[in-house]
Amino acid sequence: MAQKEGRLMKQYETVIGLEVHLQLNTKTKIFCGCSTDFGKSPNSQTCPICLGLPGTLPVLNKKVLESAMKIGLALNCKINSLVKFDRKNYYYPDLPKAYQISQYDFPIAHTGYLDVKTGENIKRINVLRAHMEEDAGKLIHDSSIKSSLVDYNRTGTPLVEIVSDPDMRSPQEAYDYLTTLKLAMQYLDVSDCDMEKGSLRCDANVSIREFGQKELGTKAELKNLNSFKAVKSSLEFEVKRQIDLVEQGERVIQETRLWDEGKQITVSMRSKEKAHDYRYFPEPDLVPFMVDAENIESVKATLPESPAEKQSRLIKDYELSDYDSSVLVQDKEIADFFESCIKKYNQPKKVCNWITGAFKQELNARKLNLKDANITEDDLVCLIEKVEQGTLSNLAAKDVLKIKFDEKKSIDDIIKDHGFSQVSDDETLKKVIDEVISENSKVVEQIKSGKEGAIGFLVGQSMKKTQGKANPKKIGEMIKRRIIDG
Amino acid sequence: MKLSELTAHELLDLLKAKKETADSIFSSVKNVIDATEAKINAYAHISDKPIQSKNSSQKFQIPIAIKDNICIKDYPTTCSSHILKDFKPPYNATVVDKLLNSGALITGHANMDEFAFGSSTETSFFGPTKNPWNLNCVPGGSSGGSAAAVGAHEAIWALGSDTGGSIRQPASFCGVVGLKPTYGRVSRYGLIAFASSLDQIGPLTKDVEDSALLLNLIAGHDKLDSTSANIPVPDYTKSLTGDIKNLKIGIPKEYFIEGIDPEIKESILQAIEVLKKQGACFEEISLPHTEYAVATYYILATAEASSNLSRFDGVQYGLRCHPKDKRRTSLIDMYEETRHQGFGQEAKRRIMLGTYSLSSGYYDAYYLRAQKVRTLIKNDFNEAFKEFDAILTPTSPTTAFKIGEKASDPLSMYLSDIYTISANLAGIPALSLPCGFSKEGLPIGLQIMAKPFDEEMIFKIAHSYEQNTEWHKKKVAL
Amino acid sequence: MIKKDDVQYISHLSRIYIDDSEAETLAKNLEDILSYIEKLKMLDVKDVKPTSHVLPLKNVFREDALKESLGQENAIKIAVESEKGFFKVPQVIE
Repeated sequence: MAQKEGRLMKQYETVIGLEVHLQLNTKTKIFCGCSTDFGKSPNSQTCPICLGLPGTLPVLNKKVLESAMKIGLALNCKINSLVKFDRKNYYYPDLPKAYQISQYDFPIAHTGYLDVKTGENIKRINVLRAHMEEDAGKLIHDSSIKSSLVDYNRTGTPLVEIVSDPDMRSPQEAYDYLTTLKLAMQYLDVSDCDMEKGSLRCDANVSIREFGQKELGTKAELKNLNSFKAVKSSLEFEVKRQIDLVEQGERVIQETRLWDEGKQITVSMRSKEKAHDYRYFPEPDLVPFMVDAENIESVKATLPESPAEKQSRLIKDYELSDYDSSVLVQDKEIADFFESCIKKYNQPKKVCNWITGAFKQELNARKLNLKDANITEDDLVCLIEKVEQGTLSNLAAKDVLKIKFDEKKSIDDIIKDHGFSQVSDDETLKKVIDEVISENSKVVEQIKSGKEGAIGFLVGQSMKKTQGKANPKKIGEMIKRRIIDG
Repeated sequence: MKLSELTAHELLDLLKAKKETADSIFSSVKNVIDATEAKINAYAHISDKPIQSKNSSQKFQIPIAIKDNICIKDYPTTCSSHILKDFKPPYNATVVDKLLNSGALITGHANMDEFAFGSSTETSFFGPTKNPWNLNCVPGGSSGGSAAAVGAHEAIWALGSDTGGSIRQPASFCGVVGLKPTYGRVSRYGLIAFASSLDQIGPLTKDVEDSALLLNLIAGHDKLDSTSANIPVPDYTKSLTGDIKNLKIGIPKEYFIEGIDPEIKESILQAIEVLKKQGACFEEISLPHTEYAVATYYILATAEASSNLSRFDGVQYGLRCHPKDKRRTSLIDMYEETRHQGFGQEAKRRIMLGTYSLSSGYYDAYYLRAQKVRTLIKNDFNEAFKEFDAILTPTSPTTAFKIGEKASDPLSMYLSDIYTISANLAGIPALSLPCGFSKEGLPIGLQIMAKPFDEEMIFKIAHSYEQNTEWHKKKVAL
Repeated sequence: MIKKDDVQYISHLSRIYIDDSEAETLAKNLEDILSYIEKLKMLDVKDVKPTSHVLPLKNVFREDALKESLGQENAIKIAVESEKGFFKVPQVIE
């Protein structure tokens, strides 16, 4: 079967395009002054405008246009000089005006790209367009009372929709595009980009065709993708489903399919009507926006370094490896933290190891962001220096770090209180070594006969005896001198 | 004369001189409402006590009727439609805030054609309003209630809205002054939209001075309305100088084609003579795309309306209906039944026409094309105003027609807007004032148009005409 | 030519239930109006820009500043049907 599948997979090419919606992190909604805060009591963050009450009118939040421009520029798009809004008309209870104010033919940005590291290569995925629109409300279904409940708090939250070209050729590429896009957007600080909270949403369009075929196959639109993993899994399932269909001589139907996370399958949304006729027309309540070169330049000037730019610079300035630098840039705050540590302690490799190793481990275990962790550059540098000086063993330093996360004390106080000081004085060490040597005569014989690697065992025994407080390097040297040099 | 028969400026003088109080003025008007309303039906909702603000400047304590599509906080605002049954907006329209802050005494919501769809106020859920000059005739529409209230002294002045002539045509039918300001001159925030790119709120008054006074109160930039102009508001009463010497006024030949009612034509010609005596010069001009205005309007306005009225679906507020058929219990069934029962025939017709012209495959042929013809119509006026200070035309091709006469012929109803529609398409200001009466005693209206934001020009000419005639002094006796 | 079927389709797009007799009348009304509107096709508009906004206004914004919301009580006050602060509607079936 595997072999047969392998043969099937080779005949067909997968074509994937992604539509990503980002909820912007502006203070207020796109067309009114209501707060965009998450998780408040139903309908408490509404006003006549976002409730779509008759007679109300929209006024554009300036910060939304700026953020949308930043997104367009970060995606290497052309920014339109004329930007306008249009009405997208359809009926649904979470859409109070029965139309969504969106952008149709003059979006804020178009024709850009994102360079994505996928496997060993860097692939350029083209971005068709990015546009601004307003979010709808939230619908809760309560089958016990045969009703649905509507909360309009989310109505009017600003969204930017990013549409890629159908350039991705595998579910993995789609996954990599998403992670690259998310990171790039996080660096701009325009959105939380959190799929769990709904500030990043993704729909996928996927079709298959025979290799060499120029025309695109019929696509299915996948919805209800609640994680990056779900995006990848749903695409994998769907590609196989479409190939199976075609192999059996059937046709793929253009339809919307929902991902069932529990059953790990896509299911057709049997829609009651034909394809939506959105009857787009220019929004008469909003005047057009002219964006000139000066506007664009001033926004460009505020753009932070992109993840790719930062990574290149870290490699160049600090001689870090590809791998190390890529780990650092996965989180902008961590990368910045790294650089502020380096300013105080110019040992890039060591600092990087600590940050990408023990430090990140602690953050992940506690599910913390850097800013919530209360560990400063001084703290980390202090720890690293102590290890270098030999006053703290590596192992002990990691314990101190753990404790620092939980307690407000200074590093020095923690070391004192918990007795972490590394033992390095010759007298104490000599005593320990004497004991270890006398207890492990067989191993000593092995070392004398040439097996120097066994020194490590004796070092380990010494560390045990000192509860890890001995300076292992020094112990190793002393043991070597004693046994080999006599 | 009773207080209710006076103009706002006359009453303001009395108030200033402390010869009358706001209470006595309101009582006088309320008495007329009590005595007359059964005959006229000018109101959709009447307030027993005046709706007023306690923290107002108290400068303009004049009873005013507000068209039923302009939001008054916590007060029934229903666009004379069943679908907005019991709807009480939680906010005031900006113009209402301005009026309340100036001391206005709101008498209630004036009757109108449902959602402003009409030229006769016959499509109101609350029944037609009657013309004070002849109770068998329509008052015009869609601001028929506002015009009739002013004409019958059931209000001293009123606010209406004008999308294709809905202030001016009823003003001409009821013998009052009605102004459609330049698009963007008055905030639309709180005006329940019909056609967003065409709607404007404007005053209906007994004379030109009142019109200038009321425009002073409601005009101005509004941060809540992206389409409101950020241009300072002059004191419009300063333009009532009476000096129109050497002003050049154009008479578009396309408005005087064959078939125009001879009494109306005669009335206009006489009006021209009056103005000539005051020193104005007249010349024939051409607005070549006039004949396409009604068609253009009915595509654009209904398209925007179809979208603006989509929100009336029974989900949040207003009427909610379920089909009698117990099998039809879905959400879509609720939408369809609510809108079936909630909308009148004309509303359904316009929504469907608008939906059609925006629908897939028809957008270019209808909507886009109409937008382009709108440009041509606007250009006609731009050209004319390069040389002329104002344009003068009849307001309506007929005087008030009988109730029921045009109700079953929508197209014929639409064509009665033929003289007023172009001003909305071009966004220019236009005013109607009385210039005579037909043999049957029905008022005739004269329309003056000017370039954008030049309401002062209109007031100047209108005031001069008015002060040299007696039409504004003729009051209806009910 | 607007037929009854067209009217039924448009009525569904507009979410208005139209019975058979209404559909017939509406079909005729719409037919009349659309025939009248045909006259627009006589004009050459090839090089004419469409007018979406009649005022030459551009770039109207508001600042990203908080304004007071209505609050749950006032928002729900207008509701036809509500429950625990939500607007209540017949069940939406996906």
